[in-house]
Amino acid sequence: MMTFFRDSWIVFKRAIIISSQNPLWIVIGLLQPILYLALFGPLLTQMAGMPGFPPGNAWLVFVPGLLVQLGIFGGAFVGFAIIYEWRSGVIDRQMVSPASRAALIVGRVMRDIVVLFIQGCLLSGAAFLFGLAVPLHALALGLLLMVLLGASFSALSYAAGLALKSEDSFAPIVNTFALPILLLSGILLPMSLAPGWLQVLSDLNPFKHMVTALRFVFRDEIWNGTVLLGFGLAVALLVLSAWVGTRVFERQTK
Amino acid sequence: MAQRKMIETLSQNMIEAHGLKRTFRARGKNIEAVRGIDLTVAAGEIVGFLGPNGAGKTTTLKMLTTLLEPSDGEAIVAGCDLRRDPRGVRRRIGYVAQGGTTAGIARAGLEITSQAELFGLTPKQARQRGEELLSALDLEDVWDRKCESLSGGQRRRLDIVMGLIHRPQLVFLDEPSTGLDPQSRANLWHHIRKLRDQFGTTVFLTTHYMDEADSLSDRLLIIDHGVIVGEGTSAALKARVSGDSLTFTLRDGEQAARAADIANTLAGVANIVTEANVLHYQIPKGAIVLPVYLRQLTQAGIEPIGAEIARPTLDDVFLTLTGRTLRD
Repeated sequence: MMTFFRDSWIVFKRAIIISSQNPLWIVIGLLQPILYLALFGPLLTQMAGMPGFPPGNAWLVFVPGLLVQLGIFGGAFVGFAIIYEWRSGVIDRQMVSPASRAALIVGRVMRDIVVLFIQGCLLSGAAFLFGLAVPLHALALGLLLMVLLGASFSALSYAAGLALKSEDSFAPIVNTFALPILLLSGILLPMSLAPGWLQVLSDLNPFKHMVTALRFVFRDEIWNGTVLLGFGLAVALLVLSAWVGTRVFERQTK
Repeated sequence: MAQRKMIETLSQNMIEAHGLKRTFRARGKNIEAVRGIDLTVAAGEIVGFLGPNGAGKTTTLKMLTTLLEPSDGEAIVAGCDLRRDPRGVRRRIGYVAQGGTTAGIARAGLEITSQAELFGLTPKQARQRGEELLSALDLEDVWDRKCESLSGGQRRRLDIVMGLIHRPQLVFLDEPSTGLDPQSRANLWHHIRKLRDQFGTTVFLTTHYMDEADSLSDRLLIIDHGVIVGEGTSAALKARVSGDSLTFTLRDGEQAARAADIANTLAGVANIVTEANVLHYQIPKGAIVLPVYLRQLTQAGIEPIGAEIARPTLDDVFLTLTGRTLRD
């Protein structure tokens, strides 16, 4: 167990140093949510108060969605990095070291968590400039949910990348999963505006419940079943993803 | 108890493998990449593992380095049981993969340090040993450089530094000089030999270059279609090839084919191969045969552009053992 923590730390340290020496990717990852915030958010301010639109001003509705989106997309594409590392021989090299197999993925996920956290803070800061007004503890919960999601998607993405070992098959898979998740989660527009059948479909999407939960949190309505469900789903997803990710790393030698 | 005893008796050998097999499943069919390999490597040896692409070299190497579980068979590697104690094996061996070991966007020093730490060294020890190894491999001043900024030869030597940072007793090099220019290759060979001479490291390397196997290895193992087909020193293997190696360059493939037909009538001829307009065969007393054969060609209206006679090479050994050339 000690070696697991030590090895995770070593893998994390290497990964975070590489990221800090190539900061362009952190900026690029942040670009998409910032563009949504600046170019899409103002549209929503016109819609607030319409029938079907959740209570609260537009930013209280939109920023939780953006945080969830950052978590999902920030994590989902890291699989490209593991394909690059595998092709460079880094993965095999670390596999032939005595390091714990789980540490090889956990250390990398830890790096993604730190990068996401920085991006989330920058995004929230920008949102405050646009007019978001939210208690700090609510924002902290928002960042926590984003990090939980980011860690899950990062682990799943590493697993998929390492299992497929080809950008050409990895890219369509990520897009196939990410786009319906995005559209059915009410990130851009609340699903309460949707027709009945679409609402039913989105109820099946766990990420919709996370977005809804975070909207409650941002309105400072924290102690209720909706919030519990949203965070519970996020934790369950993380446990599942960590298991899948570790399995895939272990199975590399089968 | 019997197990214990076996491990003890094998401990003078760095590698002792019996019946190693690996089967892959692809499109519903079982493909036998390695079909039962027995091999022994003594401590301090440089052993070359030679074979054409797809012969099973890399698969065997991946099994011996714990990257791939054998489908069957047993092996003791660096004193540890491959199946029961893969972590013990990993602690004691170094492995330099064919495709490299470092990320281009990472700095060399970071890759060295992180690898050393995974083997339990402190960052300080890593730096000290890393710098020592780098200078032993003529790689001063690369510590703070990104790996992608190094030349092919420098990056390959950095790979070797990575594989040696924890001072393994046994190091596996997969195709160490592929993609390097001749000067870098000769330089790399020099360094690999120095490894063994200075540190007593046992080296197990795969290659499909005959000259590499010839000039670097104390002993050779030749693999083809997943089984070992020949074993011995380079000189001993060459002695098994009868006679000299004759090569003729002709005007075109059609003439080469006719020349091959004529060669086929010579007494004691073996391993006739034509590749485009080049004809190659082996025959005892080549120096006496050559003028006779050239006269026969002239009589048949064939004028060779060039003729060459040589002592047998490992290429010929391979041809004799497998019936095909390494380039196939």
